Amino acid sequence: MPFDRLIRAVDEWARISGRGDVFAQIGDGKYWPSWFQAVPFLTPRQFQERIESASGVIGHAGTGTIIAALRLRKPLLVLPRLAARGETRNDHQVATARYFAGRGYLLAAYCEEQLRSRIDKLEQFRPSASLGEVGSPQLIQRIRSFAFGDADKAA
Amino acid sequence: MNMIRRPGKILAVASGGGHWVELLRVMRGIEDADVVYVTVQRDYRHEVEGRRFHLINDATRWNKVAAALMAFRVLLIFLWERPDVVITTGAAPGYFALRFGRWLGARTVWIDSIANAEELSLSGQMAGRYADLWLTQWSHLAREGGPEYAGAVL
Repeated sequence: MPFDRLIRAVDEWARISGRGDVFAQIGDGKYWPSWFQAVPFLTPRQFQERIESASGVIGHAGTGTIIAALRLRKPLLVLPRLAARGETRNDHQVATARYFAGRGYLLAAYCEEQLRSRIDKLEQFRPSASLGEVGSPQLIQRIRSFAFGDADKAA
Repeated sequence: MNMIRRPGKILAVASGGGHWVELLRVMRGIEDADVVYVTVQRDYRHEVEGRRFHLINDATRWNKVAAALMAFRVLLIFLWERPDVVITTGAAPGYFALRFGRWLGARTVWIDSIANAEELSLSGQMAGRYADLWLTQWSHLAREGGPEYAGAVL
């Protein structure tokens, strides 16, 4: 799903700051950035490698992006997609951004102007925690006991 | 003969992006089971190497033809694999998998995406009645007769 508003805002920041060391996966958007390199799609492995080598990550407030960045404890700045702009069907990304930003996991911007000013602070930001590979023990145990039934206890 | 009862076969289903990432964070804790994956992107195969993997087309509820094709493919996979348990994080493929699971006698688990912090996902609201275990990742969304809260994928 494209997110032209984000790419345009970062492009504007790159033009003003002169920072060309930005790389983006932009999907099938209509807006193509002039000031940094971009591709429509990366494979999951390429995506992973790009995040590993980055000093900061900028994205929408999707859980895939957030989890990928937090796994590596990378500084992350998110711009939530908005229903009013036709970017999602509701404003669930705003709630997601608020939740994670409120706990110090990431930086959030709620408009393009805020985004541009916060990119400058991104590389100094340190997420409050990193994530392991597996979900919370409580969730795993609940699902295991349901799926395995008594077999889990016997094993 | 091994006297320990095994859980049988688990069908793990998700659409792309966050749904798939969240599914993997659950399944990494259940890797000792016989797990078969169903999702919408070919490249995801490399993240579950050594497991059986079925690719289906992607669809949203706005495209009825694609959704019907997706439902048909999920049904074929069901008849082929005959899973005992279905686990899904949504969205559309998970909904179909839960309906067929209920119909064909599998036990079903719906884990609503953590992205839905203020209200349940639309697919979750539709799928909940077909889930034997219906989970939300937000404690304030849990309710009697609705989803249960038992932690999150984080």
